[in-house]
Amino acid sequence: MAELTYRDAVARGIAQEMERDPDVVFLGEDVGSAGGVFKATVGLLEKFGPKRVRDTPISEQAILGAAMGAAMTGLKPIAEIMFSDFFAVCFDYIANEFPKSRYMSNGQVKCPLVVRTGNGAGSRFGAQHSQSIENWAMMIPGLKVVAPSSPVDVVGLMAAAVRDPDPVIFFEHKSLYATKGEVPDGEILDKLGTAKILRPGKDATVLALALMVPRALEAAEILAREHGIEVEVIDLRSLVPLDLQTVLGSVARTHHLFTVEENPRLCGWGAELASIAADEAFYDLDGPVVRITTPHIPLPAADNLEDLALPNAARIIDKIRRCLNA
Amino acid sequence: MKTSPQLKPVARSNDELNEAQRLELYRLQVEIRDCEQRAYDLFLQGLVKGTSHLSLGQEAVAAGFAGAMVKGDLSFCTYRGHAHTLARGVPMEQVLGELMQRDNGLMRGKGGSMHLTSVEHGVMGSYAIIGAHLPIACGAAWRAQYKGQTDVSVCFFGDGTTNIGAFHEALNFAAVWKLPVIFVCENNLYMEYTPIKDVTAVEHPAADRASAYGLPRIVIDGNDADEVFRTARSAYAKARAGDGPSLIECMTYRYSGHSRADPAKYRPAGELEAWKKRDPIKLYRQRLTEFGIGEAQIKRIEDESMRKVDSATETCKAAPPPPADILTTDVYADGGWAWRN
Repeated sequence: MAELTYRDAVARGIAQEMERDPDVVFLGEDVGSAGGVFKATVGLLEKFGPKRVRDTPISEQAILGAAMGAAMTGLKPIAEIMFSDFFAVCFDYIANEFPKSRYMSNGQVKCPLVVRTGNGAGSRFGAQHSQSIENWAMMIPGLKVVAPSSPVDVVGLMAAAVRDPDPVIFFEHKSLYATKGEVPDGEILDKLGTAKILRPGKDATVLALALMVPRALEAAEILAREHGIEVEVIDLRSLVPLDLQTVLGSVARTHHLFTVEENPRLCGWGAELASIAADEAFYDLDGPVVRITTPHIPLPAADNLEDLALPNAARIIDKIRRCLNA
Repeated sequence: MKTSPQLKPVARSNDELNEAQRLELYRLQVEIRDCEQRAYDLFLQGLVKGTSHLSLGQEAVAAGFAGAMVKGDLSFCTYRGHAHTLARGVPMEQVLGELMQRDNGLMRGKGGSMHLTSVEHGVMGSYAIIGAHLPIACGAAWRAQYKGQTDVSVCFFGDGTTNIGAFHEALNFAAVWKLPVIFVCENNLYMEYTPIKDVTAVEHPAADRASAYGLPRIVIDGNDADEVFRTARSAYAKARAGDGPSLIECMTYRYSGHSRADPAKYRPAGELEAWKKRDPIKLYRQRLTEFGIGEAQIKRIEDESMRKVDSATETCKAAPPPPADILTTDVYADGGWAWRN
């Protein structure tokens, strides 16, 4: 057991899979010599050499297209898109090519690849380098979508993503790279499509993802200590596949559902969860499903404004208290 | 006649091709022509549904490249991909079945005319988003390079593709990584409805950009299957030798509009007729005769092609539509579409 940063966990997860399988290759901008702009891939070039760890030009379409062609014909590529905001310049592959090739070809074409990307706010980078875009991927049939919140989940879900036979979008949160956590020694393999109950509670279910997980946990701690409210915090970890057994099971016990989302309001992942809860857990609920999100705005650069935009513990606490009349 | 000045008269001394190769090139062109013409007729009868983009007039490019490939080489096509799919040996009834959206179609009606794919024949897909498949072909070539395999990926696209970003990203990527990939521009003078020359900074939209990626400028007569074959063969040899990619611009002309809905009224009077005088199949038939191949042998190929098309048409007409239970299959690798538990 060692304490690892989220950042080091990325490199460890990739290294674990590259050691296991010679067909795993890694490409992206500045991922090799520079070790990644977030230093999340330090040491991989030295360990695996330039044939398997490849620095690319600033050509996001070429990166994802090449990953797809390689995946279709026998490799298991991991491609990095430096900032998830850049999905917008290579979205054809994410929306039209990876997820549709198997279906359109009646099962002939396979596309086992991972796109890992720096997602989320907190770095004061402004509106084009800070977005949380899990919903851009979640809405597309044929993709799998993962967003870990802890170092151990990074390693285990990375392994699961690389070994998965479908295209997986792997969202790493930029503001979590420096956070630390215990990671067991030896091979770690997690399972896609499994949520984790990180804190049990009887009064309400709180769903969170990535950076919103530690904030939801912080809020839960204060709600329990200061207000006697016990909320159950669930880290969804994976949006597709979606572990609704865990979510709906929790709602059946707590009778209240909150989502904590970093994305702007409209069509965030929580909207889908709220819709499902309305459909399948209506009679379990003692109140409306409440979404706590970033307002529907582009993100500002200034630190005080960015902090104001994102859900934080105080806002989560306030919203939950008001909704539960406590 | 608005042909490129690079078009040369048909060469008469190309004897390094043997008779069997020539007959094969002719057979491929005739079968593509007949099948495409049939697709058009079936569309008029309401039996080909959705859209379709025909390669009538462009058969020599498909035949020449496919003729120079070996088994295991990979083709990446555009939505104008029937010709390249047929040229790799995919049976006509599977192609027409897909166009007619029948259960016997190549993808059982799940892809349609624009997405013909037959992995077992090396047809790695037909891509309907302009430029998308150039980077994908790079990736397949990267795999070959990485694994030390000798297959070459070839990527066909139209002149309009040369103005989209993915074209330039892929060319640079392939050149820097020295990938065994061949980029083939079928310049039929029109992107969709607009002449390519009206919207492009250079005369030859592909070849005149080659130097930007350190590649030689290659423009050939795309209506001469022998010239296409020879050019393809040397590009394959270069790729297999580890000497990197090629970019080849083939001058040709499509007889039909861009897609089924386009009567192509934007073409100047006489242009189509002028190109038809250089019809690739007519030219090639004449060449077979010049090389002493008898009329009976030529006729046999033509009759056999028509018999195949007729038979495929009847098979497809009798085939049922795809069953409802495949609606949700093969979204994910487990064969299904489940996104939740």
